[in-house]
Amino acid sequence: MKPFKTHTGVIATLNRSNVDTDAIIPKQFLKSISRTGYGPNAFFDWRYTADGAPNSDFELNHPRFEGRSILVTRNNFGCGSSREHAVWALAQDGYQVIIAPWKEINGERVNAFADIFRTNATKNGMLVIELSEEEVDIIFKHARANEGLQATVDLLEQQVEIHAPTRTVFSFTIEKGDKEQLISGLDDIDLTLKYESDITRFEETHDPYL
Amino acid sequence: MGKTLFEKIWEPHVVREIPDGSALLYIDRHLVHEVTSPQAFEGMRHAGRQIRRPELTFSTMDHNVPTTEDRLDIKDPISRAQVEALRKNCKDFGVTLYDLGDDHQGIVHIIGPEMGLTLPGLTLVCGDSHTSTHGAFGALAFGIGTSEVEHVMVTQTLVQRRPQTYKVEFTGRLAPHIFSKDLVLKMIGTMGTAGGAGHVLEYCGEAVRSLSMEARMSICNMSIEAGARAGMIAPDETTFEYITERPRRFAPTGEALERALAYWRTLPSDDDAVFDRTLVIDAGNIKPQITWGTNPGMVIDIDQPVPGPDSAGGYNPADVRNALEYMGLKPGTRLTDVPVDVVFIGSCTNARIEDLRLAANIFKDRQKAEHVKALVVPGSQQVRLQAEAEGLHHIFKAAGVEWRYAGCSMCLGMNPDQLQPQQRCASTSNRNFEGRQGKGGRTHLVSPEMAAAAAVAGRFVDIRNWPQIDANK
Repeated sequence: MKPFKTHTGVIATLNRSNVDTDAIIPKQFLKSISRTGYGPNAFFDWRYTADGAPNSDFELNHPRFEGRSILVTRNNFGCGSSREHAVWALAQDGYQVIIAPWKEINGERVNAFADIFRTNATKNGMLVIELSEEEVDIIFKHARANEGLQATVDLLEQQVEIHAPTRTVFSFTIEKGDKEQLISGLDDIDLTLKYESDITRFEETHDPYL
Repeated sequence: MGKTLFEKIWEPHVVREIPDGSALLYIDRHLVHEVTSPQAFEGMRHAGRQIRRPELTFSTMDHNVPTTEDRLDIKDPISRAQVEALRKNCKDFGVTLYDLGDDHQGIVHIIGPEMGLTLPGLTLVCGDSHTSTHGAFGALAFGIGTSEVEHVMVTQTLVQRRPQTYKVEFTGRLAPHIFSKDLVLKMIGTMGTAGGAGHVLEYCGEAVRSLSMEARMSICNMSIEAGARAGMIAPDETTFEYITERPRRFAPTGEALERALAYWRTLPSDDDAVFDRTLVIDAGNIKPQITWGTNPGMVIDIDQPVPGPDSAGGYNPADVRNALEYMGLKPGTRLTDVPVDVVFIGSCTNARIEDLRLAANIFKDRQKAEHVKALVVPGSQQVRLQAEAEGLHHIFKAAGVEWRYAGCSMCLGMNPDQLQPQQRCASTSNRNFEGRQGKGGRTHLVSPEMAAAAAVAGRFVDIRNWPQIDANK
C-alpha cells in the first residue's frame, strides 16, 4: 500500500447524505473476482444514462470537477453493505481523500462515515476526514464559487487547507492507529503476524465454551 | 461496576492490546461467501499464506445463485466464475463448503444458526454487513470488508477499536400482527441510519424476551441499518432450547453442552452494567411499519401519510425530494392506496420457517392479485425442506406464488431475480436503497404478513384490518 502523508488535489462535491455502498458500486459489479476494474463504474446508476452516456445531471460529472481527487460529501457516507468494492471503485476512480461532516442528532454525535466503510478505506490507503457541518458547508460554498478549487491535506499535521481566496484551514482528528497505518503504508497482516506467538499462546488456553 | 453482555464477550477474546490503543481480537467463527472472498483468497496466494484455522472457517454460496429449478446451471458466466472460484478456493485452502445442491446450502446468516455454528459467547465475522444477525444468540458478530476477511483467514484475529455500548429497550407487549421486523424498522426510524455508528446495540425488554430465536434474528439482522457495529440479545432459555431442540451439527452436546450452558448463563448484562447510550421504545404502541424512501430510516406507520421535504424529521429537504422522486411518490399519499407489482418474501432478514408460516397463513385459500409477481424464497435448503414437510409449498403454489430454492434472490439483484425499472415491490428484505433490487426498482420494506397481504390485495394493506380486506371479490 502506498504511504499517505500529504495530498493536493481538486475538490468535487456530492450534496447527498447517507450515500450507501450500493450507490457507490452497484451489485452487478460485485461479481468480479478481481481487485481492479471498478473505477469507471463508481456511482454507475447516477453517473450514466440508460444508454450508457455520461449523465450531465449528476454533480460529479460536471466539467468544473475535472481531475478531482478529493470528494466532499454529506453525513453517513458509505453506509449499508460491507463491500470493499466501494472503496476500490472510488480509489480507482481517482479519489484519495473523502471529507464528510459528523453531526449531532438529539444531542448524540453521528459519525461522518459508516464504520465498515471507514475501515475498508484505511486499509486501502484512502484518507477519510470528519469535519463539522459548518466546515463542510464552507467547502461547498467555496467549491461553488471557484471552479477547480483545490485543497491540500496534510495527514501529519492533521490539517486541510482549502485553496480559497481567503485562507481557510481546518484541523481534523483521526484515530492514532489509522494515522500510523496510512503514513506507514505497511501491510496490516504483516503487522499482526508480529504477534503470532501471542496468538498461539492465546489459542492454547482459549475455550469458546469456557 | 457490572459488565454488559458485550464486555463479557469482548474481554476474553482480546489476545493482546495494540500500542495504538486498539485490541487484537480473536475470532471463533469465520463465515465466507462467494462475493467478498475471492480477492482475499487471491491475496493469500500471492503472499504464499495459508488459512490459520480452516476448521473454524465455513463457506456457502448465496448471493449469485439462481433460485429456480435449473439453478445448478448458472447461465451468467460472471456469476458462474465467482461460484467456481469459491469451489476452487475452498478446495485449495481446506475450507468446508456447503455447495449449491447440498442440503445445507443457503444464505450464510441462516445456515450458521441452523447448524449450531452460531452460539452464545462466540465472536463471529463474515464479509457481509448482515453478520449482525448472529448476535441474536448472544454472540458478538459483525460484518467486515475483504481486507479484513484475508486478515482473519491468515491470523484468526482482527485489529479492532473497542466499540461503545448502546442499550435499546423495547417495553410492553407487541400488538397482534406486529413483528420483530416492525420493532427494528421503528427503531431505525427513531435512531436514524447512522444513529448506532460506532456502537454495539443490545436489545432488551419484555417485548424482546417474548420473541422466538427466529424473530430475534430479524431484529439483530437489521442493526447495521441503524449504522451499528453489531446487535446482540442476551441468551436465555429460548436460546438454549433452540440450540438443543434438535441435533445441530456443530453445537456442543453431553458434557460440553453442560459446561457451555453454565457459561452461557453468566453472559447476560449485569443489573448495574452501564451503557454508553440508552434508548427506550414502547413496543406496545408500535403499528405496522413500512418504508417510503430510499433508506431503512425513511419509515412510517402504515396509517401515516408519506412525508414531504419539510416534514420528514431528520432528513434534509434535498434528500427527501430525491427519495420521493426515485420512489415515484407524492407527499401526503397513503401507501394503502398504492399498488404493488412484485412481492418478495425472503432474505437473511425474513426467510426462516416462521416467516414462511406467517406468509402461508395469509395465502391459505387465497390468490395473489393477478398483476402481482410474488415469490417466496426460503433462506436455506433446510428451511425449504421443512416448509415442504409442512405442506407450505402447496399453499404458495395454489395462491399463484413462486416457490423457490435457497439464496439471497431479490434482496440484492446479483442473480436473475431483479426488479425492472419503476417496479414497486413489497419486500421482507433489509434495504430499500436505490437500485438495490434492480436498477430503478422501488422497494418498500415490510413484515412477511404485510408482504403476503400486499400480494393478495395487489396493493399495500394495513394488516391490522386483514382479512376484512379482500381485493379478489
